[in-house]
Formats: sequence, structure tokens, C-alpha cells
Amino acid sequence: MSHNPAQASINTLLSQEEKIHLYREMVRIRRFEERSVRSYQQGHIGGFCHVYNGQEAVAAGTISVLGPDDHIITAYRDHAHALMVGMDMNSLMAELYGKETGCSKGKGGSMHFFDPSKNFWGGHGIVGGQTPLGAGLAFALKYQGKKGACLTYLGDGAVNQGPFYEALNLASLWNLPLIYIIENNQYSMGTSQERGCAGDTLAGRGSGFGIYNEVIEEGNDVYTIRERTSEALQRAYEEQRPSILEIKTYRYRGHSMSDPDKTYRSKEEIEEYKKTSDPIDRFQEQLVGESVLSVEQAEAINKEAKEEAERAVEFAEQSDFPTKEAIQQDIFWETDNPEQGSSQGTFFFN
Amino acid sequence: MPEITYREAINQAIKEEMQRDESVFLMGEEVGQYHGAYKVTQGLMDSFGRDRVIDTPISESGFAGLGVGAAMMGLRPIVEFMTWSFSFVAFDQIINNAANMRYMSGGLINVPIVFRGPANGGVNVGATHSHTPENFYAHIPGLKVICPANAYDAKGLMKMAIRDNDPVCILENTILYNQTAEVPEEEYLIPFGEADIKRSGSDISLIAHGRSVITALEAADKLQAEHNINAEVVDLRCLRPLDEKTILESVKKTNRVVYVEENKPFCGTGAQIACLIQEKAFDHLDAEIKRVCTLDAPQIYSMPREKDQLPTADRVVETALTIL
Repeated sequence: MSHNPAQASINTLLSQEEKIHLYREMVRIRRFEERSVRSYQQGHIGGFCHVYNGQEAVAAGTISVLGPDDHIITAYRDHAHALMVGMDMNSLMAELYGKETGCSKGKGGSMHFFDPSKNFWGGHGIVGGQTPLGAGLAFALKYQGKKGACLTYLGDGAVNQGPFYEALNLASLWNLPLIYIIENNQYSMGTSQERGCAGDTLAGRGSGFGIYNEVIEEGNDVYTIRERTSEALQRAYEEQRPSILEIKTYRYRGHSMSDPDKTYRSKEEIEEYKKTSDPIDRFQEQLVGESVLSVEQAEAINKEAKEEAERAVEFAEQSDFPTKEAIQQDIFWETDNPEQGSSQGTFFFN
Repeated sequence: MPEITYREAINQAIKEEMQRDESVFLMGEEVGQYHGAYKVTQGLMDSFGRDRVIDTPISESGFAGLGVGAAMMGLRPIVEFMTWSFSFVAFDQIINNAANMRYMSGGLINVPIVFRGPANGGVNVGATHSHTPENFYAHIPGLKVICPANAYDAKGLMKMAIRDNDPVCILENTILYNQTAEVPEEEYLIPFGEADIKRSGSDISLIAHGRSVITALEAADKLQAEHNINAEVVDLRCLRPLDEKTILESVKKTNRVVYVEENKPFCGTGAQIACLIQEKAFDHLDAEIKRVCTLDAPQIYSMPREKDQLPTADRVVETALTIL
């Protein structure tokens, strides 16, 4: 009999409410991103905006199994992770709008969402630059004697950056409770894996460092991702060993909103994935099949999520932009807390 | 007061702060078992063990970034670069991650990390190993940049840096490691952003940072002995935050300035200081501001020529005489 991830204990332990919650989170991510796309097209959101449509099972599956001392850090396609850790949709949309009510006060933008109080350490714009940071978060957990791990996300393009390999070496050498999640959506910007990555699997690059690694082909299946992530967490907790999980997924939109998505893959390819492999559709079918969710309930959840995203847009629109004074705040801890600082002299040169 | 070397001063500072605060740890290439490539961290692994004095592979981007991640979680890493020339392979971690983190998170995060190591020419190690990148790092809002010129300053500033809640870059100097100065046995801290008048004078201000302070002091002695000119030597000690007040007061007193530094001239620290002086003390200047820098070329290996390339006391004297 083939293995059924839905029957893994991490999944059978989920209550009906928890399963519906997980479904709702995936839908909220999708609706938030769709609403962001509209606002971007209307000119309310600037710069680079990388949306997550199609990849929802990855953030939902991995983050939903985390415990209180587990931490996460990711790259610039970070909206879903922020929603999954429980950040308020209003503060995220306001950040996209560059408003002072945004999670980073309008200073970070789409690529730089943070909420340390929810163990979420960003949101990082340089491809692969966050990979040593994740090792540092894991190092700190170990140093502090906590039973926790750090999930460090990267894309399939980031595996070609040098710092990733330095971090892998340190993680293995120092036995860090670190899990690299390669969200392999098959294209690093416009370059397909076969055009950009030598060798076989991306996860397999951990083998040279003696790091456990595996490819999760069913990257659109929340149950599978939950099961494998929880196994990696045990490896981190019990053995203090790192892991690499390469999760095969797919993005429906271009690399960022400025990518017209016309040169490197066909519309048919995208439509085919949407039709046959959409992670939300798949989970919905599973839950309907389990009699956990009805189609009417699913529709209601979708409607609520759309309304929530709409309210987030209203909130963002009504919020103020940061003041000009804010440009030179939040740079040094010391200048933000002058009563506790000891330095003299000039910090800023205008 | 006991005289100790610049090297011992830094070692004492790290040791005292590690004793004071368990969240402080030291990381870098050869800092532990080897006792430091320049022996600055001598004995620290014996005192604090391998969990807190951590030998890293040659992997600056990896361990600098790891340090930043650990600092985000509240630890206080001291990251040693064997030389700051090697920090270039970790540039992204220092600038995009350490320096930008607080801003991008809207003030939710601070990064209490110290990056330290020597940065100097003068030891015939050629272009790749002789960089003085204090101007690169001082350019970045979010980084504090310190260049101690003697053992006393090195200890007080290093202790301050380890307690600081922001990322601090300390650029030391291998030629200074053996220099001694009187250092009190009792604890002291030196706040950032306070320049130090290393020699009081009335005729010209020689403003400098790092080892160039020593060069400026030699030049001041020569100016006094050979030309009866009384030069003031201002040691910035810290580039960001910058003690504008002391600089401007000195200029108002002497009306003449030579900036002395190991930076290359173009976009070097002296360019910024000259801009500041013309902007805020223009009417007090009796001559143009001059700079004595490392000659504008990659660092030469050849021993006598590297001496010529670096700022020398003679070049400072010659330059000063052109505006006196």
C-alpha cells in the first residue's frame, strides 16, 4: 500500500477546525496576492512586488507545523510567510502602499516584511543573502539552549549564490538546527532550472556537506509538506542536524509584477498547472472528500478572504505616508533611543 | 598606570566584556586554537571554551552573516576579519543585512554586532591585503565606524562597541599592535563620537584617524623642531558618529587644515571632512584645505615604494608648509 501523507500523525492530529483554518490561510494568501496585483496595476504599489500565487501549500504546510521556539526567515517573495505567522493583513497591505501603518512603517516594502514577535525575521531582497542569517538564527537558538529550529526559505535561483554554500558548511560543521526550504518554482526570474542549475536535484547539493536532503515532488500537497517538515524539525530538535527540503512548486505570475512573463514559458504551461495541480483546489478536494468542508463553506471562506483583502486596501488607502522626519528614523538603535545612548557627535550628514 | 600594547588592550576589552555578558561570543578565522592570526585573541579560548570562542572556516560571508542572524536574536557576536581586506567577500552581509536591518524592519530589529580586525598598508602584502575601507563603511547609514590610534583608545572604544546596540566596525592596525600606551587597570569606556586632541597647538590643525594620527604627531614634532610651527593634532577616533564640534573648534583656532589618512584620496574620509569644514567654518580658513593620503594607486608591494605611497611625516610637513 502506498504511503498516504494525510494519515501521518502530524495530519491526523489536526482537528476539523484546524484543517479548515489551514485552508482559510491558503485562501487568504491567494486573495491578498490577487488584491495586491490589482493595486500594483493601479499604480498604488511601487517597486518590485513578487506574488505567491500557486505556491501556497509551501508556506502553509511548513509554517503550520512550527512550535513556539521555531523561527523563520525568507527571501523577497514573503507575503505568504508573513500571513502564515499571523501578521495582520492591514499592516501588510499598508506596507505595500508605503504607508506609515505598514509593518515596516513603509520603509521596507514588499520584499521586507518583518515581525520578530512572531518569530518572523523577514523578508530579504538579495538573492541568497538571507541564507547565512538563517544559520545565525539557528546558532542563537542552540547557544541559548532552546528546543527550536530555524526554517530558512530560498528559491531555486538562490542555490547558485556562494553564501548559501558557506552557510551549509557552517550548519553541518556546527550541527545547527536549521532547515533550508528550497521553494523550487522552476524559474529563477526567467531562467528555467535546466538553463541555470547544473547537476541533478537542488537539494542534492547538500550531500557534499553531509546534510540530509530530499525532494518533495508533491509540493502542492499540504499534508505531504507538513509531514516532511515535521520530520525535519525532529531531526533539528533531537539530533541538532540541518536538513534541506526542496519543494517542487509553481508560480502563476511573473517573477515580479514587472515581469511580463512572455519569453520563457507558455501560457499553456501555466494553465495546465492551474487546472491539474492548484494547491488550494487540491486541499479543498481533500477536505470535501473527508467531509470536513463543504463547497458552500469553501465559497464562503473565499468571499470572506476577498472582503478582508478589500478592507486591507481601504486601510492602506486611508493611512498616511511616513513623515519626512521618518526618513532618518529607525537607522540606529541609539539615535532612536537617545536617552539610553552614550555617543556624541553627528550620525547623519545631510 | 601599566603600559600595555594595543594588542593586549583589545584582548583585555574582549575578555572583560565576555566575562560581563554571556551573550557575547567571538568568531573568526584562527581566533581560538591558533590564538589569532595576529595573536589579538591569545588565550581567550582557554578562558571561555569552544562554545564562545569559535574558530570558523575561511568563509567570511558565511560567518559574518551568521553573526548578523545571531545578533538579530539578541546575541552579541564579535566577528573578527583576519584583515578588513577580507571583509569585501562579506560586503553584502555587512551592508545589506547588518546595516539595513533596522531600517527595513521599521525599527523592530537591532543588530548588536562588532566587526573587527586590522586594516592597513605598510606591511608589504600587496594590493589585495592592504585596504583601508573605513570610508566605505562610514558611507553607510546604520554602521558605526571606529579607528583607534593607540592602546588606551582601543580598549575603551572596543568595550563600548561590544555594549553598543548597533553594528560597529572597528578598524585596527597591525603596525600598531605592538605599540604601547598607559592603560588604567580600572574599567573605563570611551563614548563614540568624541574626537581627542592628541597634541594641542595653535598654527595648523593636522586632523587624522587611525595610524595616521601617529604620522601626524611625528609631523607635528618636526614642524615644531625644524620650523617653529605649533601644530594641533586632532584624532577623530570615530568616523560615524563624527565629532564635528572638536574639528570645527580646532579649525577656528588654527585657521589651517591638513587631513592625514591612509585612505586613498578620491571619496576618502578627508574629502568628507574638507566638505564639512568649508561648509561650517569657511570664514575661519586662511588657506585651502590640504590632504595627505595614500597615493592613488593599488597598494604597491615593493618595500621602499610602499613607504612612499603611504602618508609620511615628511609629506605632511611639506604639505603643511605650502599653506603656512
